[in-house]
Parts: sequence; C-alpha cells; structure tokens
Amino acid sequence: MRKSNAKSRLFFRFSLIFCLSLSLFSLTLLTGCGRNANSVVIAGSTSVQPFAEVLAQDYMASYPGVSIDVQGGGSAAGIMATQSGTTDIGMSSRNLQGSETSLWSIEIARDGIAIIINPKNPITDLTLQQIADIYDGKTTNWDQIGGKKGEIDVFTREDGSGTRSSFESLVMGKNQIMARAMVENSNGAIRQLVADDPGAVGYISLGLVDSTVKALDLGGIVPSRENVVNGTYNLSRPFLFLSLKPPEGLVKDFIDFTMSAEGQKILYDQGLIITVTNP
Amino acid sequence: MGIRVNPRTTQRIAKAVIWSAAILVLLLLFTIIIYILSKGIPHITWQFLTEIPSDMGKSGGILSAIVGTLAVTIVAIVVATPLGVGTAFYLTEYTRESGVTKIIRFSAESLAGIPSIVYGLFGFIFFVTYLKLGWSILSGGLTLAVMILPTIIRTSEEAIRTVPPMYREVSFSLGGTKWQTMTKVLIPSALPGIATGIILGIGRCVAETAAIILTAGSALQMPTSLFSPARTLAVHFYILASEGISLDNAYATAAILIILILLINIGANLLVNRFVAKRR
Amino acid sequence: MKMKNFGERIPQSLFFIIALSALTVLALITVFIFIEGVPLIVKVGFFKFIFGMKWAPSQGFYGIFPMIVGTVSVTLGAIILGVPVALCCAIFLAEFAPRWLSDIVRPAIQLLAGIPSVVYGFWGLIFIVPLIRNYLGGPGLSILAGSIILAIMILPTVISISEVSLLALSPLLKEGAFALGATHWQTIRSVLVPAAKSGILASIILGVGRAVGETMAVIMVLGNSVALPNSILSPVRTLTTNIGIEMGYASGEHQQALFATGIVLLVIIMILNSLAQYSIRRK
Repeated sequence: MRKSNAKSRLFFRFSLIFCLSLSLFSLTLLTGCGRNANSVVIAGSTSVQPFAEVLAQDYMASYPGVSIDVQGGGSAAGIMATQSGTTDIGMSSRNLQGSETSLWSIEIARDGIAIIINPKNPITDLTLQQIADIYDGKTTNWDQIGGKKGEIDVFTREDGSGTRSSFESLVMGKNQIMARAMVENSNGAIRQLVADDPGAVGYISLGLVDSTVKALDLGGIVPSRENVVNGTYNLSRPFLFLSLKPPEGLVKDFIDFTMSAEGQKILYDQGLIITVTNP
Repeated sequence: MGIRVNPRTTQRIAKAVIWSAAILVLLLLFTIIIYILSKGIPHITWQFLTEIPSDMGKSGGILSAIVGTLAVTIVAIVVATPLGVGTAFYLTEYTRESGVTKIIRFSAESLAGIPSIVYGLFGFIFFVTYLKLGWSILSGGLTLAVMILPTIIRTSEEAIRTVPPMYREVSFSLGGTKWQTMTKVLIPSALPGIATGIILGIGRCVAETAAIILTAGSALQMPTSLFSPARTLAVHFYILASEGISLDNAYATAAILIILILLINIGANLLVNRFVAKRR
Repeated sequence: MKMKNFGERIPQSLFFIIALSALTVLALITVFIFIEGVPLIVKVGFFKFIFGMKWAPSQGFYGIFPMIVGTVSVTLGAIILGVPVALCCAIFLAEFAPRWLSDIVRPAIQLLAGIPSVVYGFWGLIFIVPLIRNYLGGPGLSILAGSIILAIMILPTVISISEVSLLALSPLLKEGAFALGATHWQTIRSVLVPAAKSGILASIILGVGRAVGETMAVIMVLGNSVALPNSILSPVRTLTTNIGIEMGYASGEHQQALFATGIVLLVIIMILNSLAQYSIRRK
C-alpha cells in the first residue's frame, strides 16, 4: 500500500464509518414506531392460547382489516413480554404475584386442571394426596396405588407455566415436583405423550381434555365444568388477559369483545367457565 | 491370540460388515424420507398450499408459513451475503496474513459452530426486547443473518483463497486495477464456492426452529409487513407435531419441507455445475 | 493515474467498512454472551455452577452438571453408534462400491444431511421412543433415543469427510500393500485407514460438534428432566435443550444463567475446533 495519501485515506475511512454509524443509529430509532397500528399481539399461556385464537378468528371475521396475532410461550413468558412491551396483551393461567400485580389484568374465564392418564390404565380415581405423592417421587409404581404393576412416568409442565404454578399451589403445597419428572412445554405435548405411554400421568387444562386421554376423578369428584363451578372439583385457575397500562384503542376493543356476551359465549362453547352467568 | 484366522475369511467377514453398514444407512434414509413423504404427500392439496391455517392449524393450509419462511430467509440472505462476501474479500485481498487474520478466522470458525439456540437467545434479548422490534420477520431474519454470517465468511474466504494466484497476476499484468481484478476475475472464479456458502445458509434458515419461535414468533396469520410476526414451515411443523394438533398436517408440512430442501440442493448443484461448465 | 488511485480507495474503504460491520456484529454476540453470563458464574461460583447437581432457578439453584452429563452421554452414545457405521460406509464408498452405486449412495447421504432437525426429532418420537419403551423399558424418552437420533444425524458429516480423506490417499499406498501380498481388507485396516487418520478424526470431531449443538432433534425425545440420569434409559436434559426450554420465560439471574450455559457451549465448540485443526495439522 502506498504510504503517501495515508492521512487522507484515514480521514476518508473515518467519515465513512461515521456516516454508517449515524444511519444505523437512526434506523434503530425508527424501528420503535414500526408496529402496525392495525395489529394486536397476544402472547403467553399455552392454556389460554387456543381460546384466544378462537376469539381472534371470530373478531377478525367481523373486522377484516385487523390482524390479531396469538402465540404461546407460557404464562411467565407472557407476563414478561407484557412488562417489556413486547406484546400488547399477555395471557396468564395463574394469578399475578409480587411485582406483577402492577400490570392491568382482567379475568376472561376460568378453567379446571385435569389430571390425565393413559386410557389403558385401569385406575379411575385418586386423591390429591396420592397425586402429590406421585409428583414428589414418593410413589413410583402404579401397583402401589391399586393399578397394574409398572413404573409411573411423570410428566409436568415447564417452570414458567401458569398451569404448573397453579398445580403446584393447589396440589403440591409445600412439596416440590421431583427433579426426575419429564418436562414438556405445552398442554398439547403433555396430552400427546400421555396418550402414547400406558404408564404416564400428567396434568393439562380441563378444557383441552379429549378422547385420547383419561381424566381422573379426584376423591370421587368427576372433573367436569359443573363440578368446578359448584366448587366440589377444586382444581381450577383463572385465565387472565394482561396489559402494561389500561387498554385503549384496538386492544381495548378486542378485550371488550372478549368480555362481551358474544365473546363469553364463544369461551363457554369451547368448554371454559365464564364469569357471566346464563350465556 | 493363538488362533490363526485365514486372511481370506477376515476379508469376507469385513466385506459383509461393510456392505451391511451401507445397506443400513440406505435403509434408514428410506424409512425416514419415504415414510414421511408417503404419509404427508396425500394431504398436500392445492388448498393446503394456498390457504392460511385455522383452528390452531388443525384445518386450513400453510400459506402463511410458506410466506413466513420466504420472508425471513430473504431478509437473512440480503443482510448476510454482502456482509459476508465483503468481509471475505477484505480478509483475503486487503490484508496480509497475520496473527489478527488467524484470530478472525478462528473466531468465524467457532461462531459458525455455536448452537443455533444460543443465537436464538441472543436474538430474543437483542432484537425482540432491546431493539423493540418485537416478534417479527425482521427480528427473525436478522437473527438468522447473524447465524449464517460466519459460514458465508468462511466459505467465501475459502473460495476466493483457492483462486490460483496466477489469475490475479495475469490480470494485474494486463493493467487491471484491484477492483477490476476482483469483479472480472476473482468473483466469477470463486462464485461456485460462494454460492455453496449461501445455499448452506439458505438451508439453515429453512430448517431453523427454536431461534425462529423466539424471534419471529409463531402467529398463524399472514404477515403484513416486516414487523409482523410470522411462522415458518419448520416452526409450524414443530408445533403441529409436538402438540399433536394434527398429525396429517404435520406430515404434510414435513413433506413440503423435505421437498423444498431437496429442490434447493438440486438447484444449487445445477447452478454450480452450469457455472463451472460455462467457464470451461 | 489519479483516477485509478481514487478508484482503488473507494472499494477498499467500502470493504473495510463491510468487514468492520460484520466483525463488529460477530464480536457483539460474543461480548453480549460473556457480559450476561460471566457475572452469574462469578456470583454462583465456577465450581458450583459447573458441578452443581441441582438446577432449580426459582429457588436460586444454578448447577448445570446434570445437563453436562446429558450432553456428554447423548453425544458419546451418538459417536459409539454412529462412527463405526459411518466409517464402514466411507470405506464402502471409497473402496468397495462400483461407480454406479456410489453415484446413487453419495447424493442419498447428502439428502440425509438436508432433513431438518425437527423432522428427525418427530421421527424419533414416532419410531424410536415407542420401540425403546416397549422393548427395553423406561418411558422411552431417554439418552438412548437421543443418541440414536444424533447418530443418524452425524452420519453424513462423518461419511463424506472420511471418504474424501480415504480418496485423497496416494494410490501408491494401496499398490505397495498389494505388492506385499496383503488382502484388500488387510490393506484397508492396516494401511489406508491409519493413513487417513487425521481426516477421519477431523470428521468425527465435526460430528461431535454437530451433536453437541443440536436442540430441536433431541428436545422431543429426551424427556427433559432436570435430574441426573442413572441409565441410558433415563430421561435427561442437555445444555442446549435447557436453554431451549427455559429461554422464553427466563429473566434476571435465570436469563444470565442461560447465557452462562451459552458460554460453556462456546468453550466446548472452541476446544473441539482447536482439536480438529490440530489433528489436521498433524498429517
């Protein structure tokens, strides 16, 4: 390289770098106002997700220009995303705790938690204590609780799941779910794995139970919507919509739709427990 | 070992073992690919390809996933290719081989080997949350760009480096400038290698899942802008398969993924061969 | 002449900017990972982090040893299952296959390489997991399932590079061995494979790198439990799947711990790369 012109070359390089950094910086600023005004992002609990999807589809059918994007990630992810502004509406399947309570929230419905086992498993009924013993590792074989001999394959949700938090506070109490339990990060995954493994046990949203799995009775109480409503089946938790500040504009409109008679009926038809009586 | 085995016998046994290994691999290939294609292709209808998913993906099609895949891949390639190829040129043509370039090369090599999940974590924190791009095609594409950048730098550098020095010398002796040498001699010669790197990058973009879920989101709707969240085919398949939403649609999506990657590979080979043949 | 000087400087500066930007971005990632992860390793203590048996972020426990065991066992299993088969295939392609057959088999193996990891994971869930559960015991979601899937996934890498190494050998080696009266197999075993050793080793290391970095293929078949596995039929979590499962909702210290896991992975990859380069250089 020629040594002469070194200074002007340096200057040239410097100015180019400066211009590049300036343009990158301004690009960063611009990205803040990028979100489409006609779209709403809803993220969080995988339990609430399918129901939010149905609401969204119905809403978008009535208002074609609007885009409502729903995604999962789990309740903790939804709460985090709401706090950071990444999502417009957060979904949670557990109550808010600690600093989270500063968020605006509304309960759109309630749902039970069903304890599910494989249809081939002859057991039909367990007590809360027996379930807790399975999950903290005290009971390891089905024949210890009246079933066919075989190891219990325990499935749980991930740490950030609202369903798991609710399960832990309602069933486990002070005990911890054992480290050996296998972790999956959605209701659907747990349902599918329990449906395939004759020795499996798991817990999912009551509204998502289908014919591929069997939901256990709790101490004689059948896990049904009626029993959750009348309080005899006491494994239930709230479905919440969250927002960083009180909703306005399109977000408010969608939440109003969710809480309206029409929206609540949709949720009721999907199997959830709603706050408005007589849909 | 006191027993003497006839070398001819060992030869026969070895040959049998080796042939069985090869047959095993072929068998595996067939079970995986044929199984998925046979279960998936029957469900690929024109409707499937042109509708967006509804009912969480149980019904409807995968159009939004196809668009999403194209979008994030294009963003990634558009950003990573100039950066990668340009860096490769700089490293080979404008710098002398030194400790610094060795460090840079080793870093590019290591970064190319970092698990995609770490890039996903970075992309989620940096693009989605810190830069407030949210779950969007832009976040996903930029994360992918960063992911494939080291590979493109490495393969391009390799390709440029293997251009015989004679080409450069001839060009200079004919009075060409460095720029002319680069554009008229080096780039055409190195193009197959560079193209390979880009194709590898595209392949990685299409197959990537975990990083995409965290950066481009997993929304089912058709994305309307670079800032919309979008689902890619791989993400759609993963969600359908792991949650058991619809096994038929899962197989169909997997089949499309496999066919897509097959086409990319074939296209790449054809392109490279045609280019190499043309220059002969 | 002056025009040429100027014409030279623009592209050079342009490329410099481009290279600088690209390298800045790559440096940014490394710096980011370290800035986020190192404070946590310091806070928890290096040995408590690497060798800690308990991973329970909600209670403040950040021991990743079970995950290290997970990664190592699954990768080791993949190597044990995959490398012999891959090596045999490479020898097959280089020495035994007639031209028409190798022209079919080689692209077929490349096809294996192109299948997305998620598809492998799903296939493993459908085929391998039930097989293990029904015939070997346990939930099926296990180290063994992960090893089998990864073994298949590293086949293309190990086969293609090993084959290239074998083909690159001087034909004189083979001729010399035959001249001495060796059989084909004796030649392969005692002459060719040792001669191609460094290339084969490099391919294995690359395969290990791929196995260590896999997430999606194994997240569906490993069971993801945080406990230390006690057999190959136990469910397990790897360093990568740990990040994959928890990164969506991790915040604060927990998030830093995931970056710290990223650092561990980065270090492992760098060590593997150095080993690969070293073995190639020793040729």
